[in-house]
Amino acid sequence: MPISWFLAARFLREGRAQSALIVIGVAVGVAVMVFLSALIGGLETRLVAQTLGTQAHIVVRPADEAARPMMLDATTQTLAHIERTAQRARSILRWQQVSDELSRTDGVTAVSPTTSGPAMALRANATRAVLLIGADATRFASIYPVREHIVAGRFDPSRTGCVIGRELASDLGVSVGDKLRLSASGEVAELYVVDGVYDLGNREVNRRWVLVAQRTAQTLLDLPGGVTSIELRVRSVYEAEAIAARVRSRTGLIADSWMQSNAQLLVALQSQGSSSAVIQAFVILEVAMGIASVLVVSVAQKRKEIGILRAMGARRATVVWVFLLQGAIVGLLGSIVGAALGAGLGAAFAAMARNADGTATFPFSISWALLGRSSLIAVATGICAAVLPARSASRLDPAEAIRNG
Amino acid sequence: MAEPVIDLRSVCKSYGEQVVTDVLRSVDLRVERGEFVALIGPSGSGKSTLLNILGLLDRPTSGSVAIAGVETTSLGDAELTRLRGRSIGFVFQFHHLLPGLSATENVMMPMIAAEGRRKGAMEARARALLTRVGLDPQADSLPSQMSGGQQQRVAIARALVLDAPLVLADEPTGNLDTKSANEVFALMRAFNAERGVAFLMVTHDPRLAARCDRVVELVDGQIVSDQPQPNIAPATP
Repeated sequence: MPISWFLAARFLREGRAQSALIVIGVAVGVAVMVFLSALIGGLETRLVAQTLGTQAHIVVRPADEAARPMMLDATTQTLAHIERTAQRARSILRWQQVSDELSRTDGVTAVSPTTSGPAMALRANATRAVLLIGADATRFASIYPVREHIVAGRFDPSRTGCVIGRELASDLGVSVGDKLRLSASGEVAELYVVDGVYDLGNREVNRRWVLVAQRTAQTLLDLPGGVTSIELRVRSVYEAEAIAARVRSRTGLIADSWMQSNAQLLVALQSQGSSSAVIQAFVILEVAMGIASVLVVSVAQKRKEIGILRAMGARRATVVWVFLLQGAIVGLLGSIVGAALGAGLGAAFAAMARNADGTATFPFSISWALLGRSSLIAVATGICAAVLPARSASRLDPAEAIRNG
Repeated sequence: MAEPVIDLRSVCKSYGEQVVTDVLRSVDLRVERGEFVALIGPSGSGKSTLLNILGLLDRPTSGSVAIAGVETTSLGDAELTRLRGRSIGFVFQFHHLLPGLSATENVMMPMIAAEGRRKGAMEARARALLTRVGLDPQADSLPSQMSGGQQQRVAIARALVLDAPLVLADEPTGNLDTKSANEVFALMRAFNAERGVAFLMVTHDPRLAARCDRVVELVDGQIVSDQPQPNIAPATP
């Protein structure tokens, strides 16, 4: 065993009570870090998952139509006002080609060409404004978790079928196998069978989205063979905006990322993350001060021993390592205890507060990466905190230290 | 002729910048292997300073210091540390054992410091030395569990564990009762005789000084007398 390890372990063992107290101090700091990070990470994961449960990561659609004034004489006429064009449902030109290109884009994991537009759902005297969405069922399911959230029937709309949300089914008083009428583009309403009922956890979506076969949507929306948007799923949700920017520049189409359309949520998440970082910085500072103060006292207490060690041939570097290792050992032990404490506290917290559906009120997201990172921070903090005491110990004059202690 | 273990030439040591205090003034001292030398003198005469310089814990202001044939004036801190660990054993008045280590571990410490790591064979060597100084039963005891005399015997074993040719002893019996003091002194003389280790012992006890091979007296930073002792009785541990 190297001398520095041997002495560091002995010095810590010698001051058992002091060592135990500082290990507890580090453990509390690490527990706070783990608990906070896991809680905030869990909340963030849930919020993002809830948001993206009913939203594609990126939606690609044609550029808005703009009025183009016709000038009879460009030099003399001034236009005081140009009326904006009402936007109609339009298809993306050569969408199959665009879709193929998007599916080859780095970071994109799923692509779903979608035909959607406003429609009316009618049954008896009840009428509801809905959003008609037509897409290939498999592709659509790779963007939205509809299959996992089917509460009745199935998600595989036939040419004459549709899948509706729980709220719309309730409003219209229909269930699987019943019929309702769908009307769009001022056409006569057609009868469709309810093939399935979903619940995506968002009432507005459940009330508005009517999922049909793509051909059905194209027919109803008067867009034969067309798609109004191409929806994308990406590997890393936080890269969505960067990928959307690439898509915009390569296709000339509008590409809206979920980050763009949920800017406020992102700001809130960032603020939450910043608060957590500030708290963690103070915790690290507290841990560092604790370790440093204990080691400074230890150096003062062990002046004579350091002098004796130096007299017996221990090098300055050995003395430095003895104290650096004490910082590292205290950090490591504290981080092991703290990580277990933080994880246990979080699990207990998550188990205590439950929603009506049995899910945790405060989701808790703990990972080996988080535990590893917290431990690494604690060990690094321990070593950094030990630098000054170690330097001062190594600079002790051995003769003076032996004489005066 | 073998090189002396101590060879001091014109060693001076001064402290202070504004007000300069000369602690050692042109000290010349030569100690051969196997000699047992007493260093005596009143308080403030420079004995501790001289011992620190001999122990390579301090540097002279001027003059040259050679230990075990190695001229130290131009050596750096790391080389001095290495030479000190290899060539000099220390016995202090208050033994200065490391309180958290057992007697065996304390004796092993100079070997661990020299090798940079603890090895299995070191323990056997330390235990053998402890047996030699009569402390076999206390080998695993902490310093706090031993008497003053026992602690000083551990310190002697520690000073000798690396077979250093020179042991510097700073009033090794000053804190002991007469019986323990005699035992400790006898032990040092025995090692001196058996192994040819040179001892330089600072003492205030004229009776102990009289039992050394040679007595060097330091007064006001200068050696005022350096006399061999006739008719020394053979030591018995």
